[in-house]
Amino acid sequence: MQFALLIYESREAFASRKGEGSNSYTGAWRAYHKALVESGVFVGGDPLELPETGTTIRIKEGKRGVQDGPYADTKEQLGGFTILELPSVDAALEWAARCPAASYGAVEVRPLAPETKRRIVE
Amino acid sequence: MSGSKDEKAHRAVERVARESYGRLVAYLSVHTRDLAGAEDALSEALLKALTAWPREGVPQNPEAWLLTTARHSLIDLFRHQRVVSDKEPDFLLLTRDSVETSLETNYPDERLKLLFVCAHPAIDPAMHTPLMLQTVLGLNAERIAGSFLVSPKTMGQRLSRAKTKIRDGGIRFEVPEQNQLPQRLDAVLEAIYAAFGIGWDDMAGAEQPGRGLAEEAIWLARVLLQLMPGEAEVRGLLALMLHCEARRAARRDRHGRYVPLSEQDPKLWSLTLVEEAERHLAEAAKYGRLGRFQLEAAIQSVHAERARSGRIEWTAITRFYEQLNHISPTIGGRTGYAAAIAEASGAERGLAVLDAIDQDAVPDYQPYWAVRAHLLQRLGRSPEASDAYDRAIGLAEDPAIREFLLQRRG
Repeated sequence: MQFALLIYESREAFASRKGEGSNSYTGAWRAYHKALVESGVFVGGDPLELPETGTTIRIKEGKRGVQDGPYADTKEQLGGFTILELPSVDAALEWAARCPAASYGAVEVRPLAPETKRRIVE
Repeated sequence: MSGSKDEKAHRAVERVARESYGRLVAYLSVHTRDLAGAEDALSEALLKALTAWPREGVPQNPEAWLLTTARHSLIDLFRHQRVVSDKEPDFLLLTRDSVETSLETNYPDERLKLLFVCAHPAIDPAMHTPLMLQTVLGLNAERIAGSFLVSPKTMGQRLSRAKTKIRDGGIRFEVPEQNQLPQRLDAVLEAIYAAFGIGWDDMAGAEQPGRGLAEEAIWLARVLLQLMPGEAEVRGLLALMLHCEARRAARRDRHGRYVPLSEQDPKLWSLTLVEEAERHLAEAAKYGRLGRFQLEAAIQSVHAERARSGRIEWTAITRFYEQLNHISPTIGGRTGYAAAIAEASGAERGLAVLDAIDQDAVPDYQPYWAVRAHLLQRLGRSPEASDAYDRAIGLAEDPAIREFLLQRRG
């Protein structure tokens, strides 16, 4: 089964990204990534640029709406995602707990929907 | 005025729920095997107490009041289900009117049977601890779920599935026969220790309101000891947990940073808990039945000795680990042995012990990587050490430990 870990981060966390390899944000993420790869569960994933670089589009009653930034203005914003191959949701929750963001932000675990994908792709 | 009366009644309800929950559930379910039914009846009784006690005053024997009330709702439930009276369990045969308070106050303590049911071999081992926490201590599914890293809904479903199995699967409420006792008792001890382990990891974070799972586990072990005072391993488990609990205040420095055991200030250890642990360990030794928990407690006892001697007797620790790995080999025991042998006889030898561990078991076992990183660093094998540190950091859940390892990695 594949699961997505959706990483939510605070403004402060986004700010601490810039540090070089020795800072603890980067160091913790590098280590986590390495552990995922070495354990053979990593499928893919990437960090996202800061929320303010986003643009949200919506077409309502034929009119285009464009908004600067993310869809909702909340304290924690989507900062990245990771896709993992795991036997069960229990294993996914365990990896989510080890994710650095779990202790300074939040990590949402969602199963991918291969059935839906199959219907769309076929 | 009525406010303080309310408050007094609420406190009384809380106290009796806290102290008598397991006893009441055990007694109410011992014949029906229906844990969910017993729990429902007891929660209903507790709710009734919350409205009745402020009005009528706290009864002289609150526990007896709850038992009578809970039993009434069970009787009603049975009648409602039109169960023929000869199938009614004995304890329900007492009708509403014939229930006497004197009888209620002297009801037998059936918690031991309940503990054995929770850790029954027919029940998924992963559910032993959650079942105990819920039925013996009255913790709700939500609280248990958080500690076990499971969603509250899933935990609720798993608990109710396990209870259905207990009710319908012919699992008897009984203390196992002598020939099965060691094995069955082991499962009970394991389940209690699992709660302690989770509580131990939990306490890393912000202080939660109420008691932590580690304290709940110690409470459970005390209950078990009271029920089985002659079992050496029960004392061993209690001693082990008390030794660890004694160090609670020393595990973090003023800034919340992680402090490893060998660098903790022994003055911060609780002398009361250490002494109690030592008493239980000494008492256990008298039975001449060494077991896994006594050995683990003995290892902690050697560490505690540093408070007096100022040094750690690593050779003694390696000997206890050797015995431990002989009777109960686990990856944790092997890793602990490697760390101890490295202190006693050098990092090379410690590393050799790590290399001998089954490599299929190590990819996501954090302590293995932490010890490996430390030993490689001591041997000056920097690139390999950095790699191992990364694995240990990546597998750490506790931000304080992550930060500690990041510092060491450099």
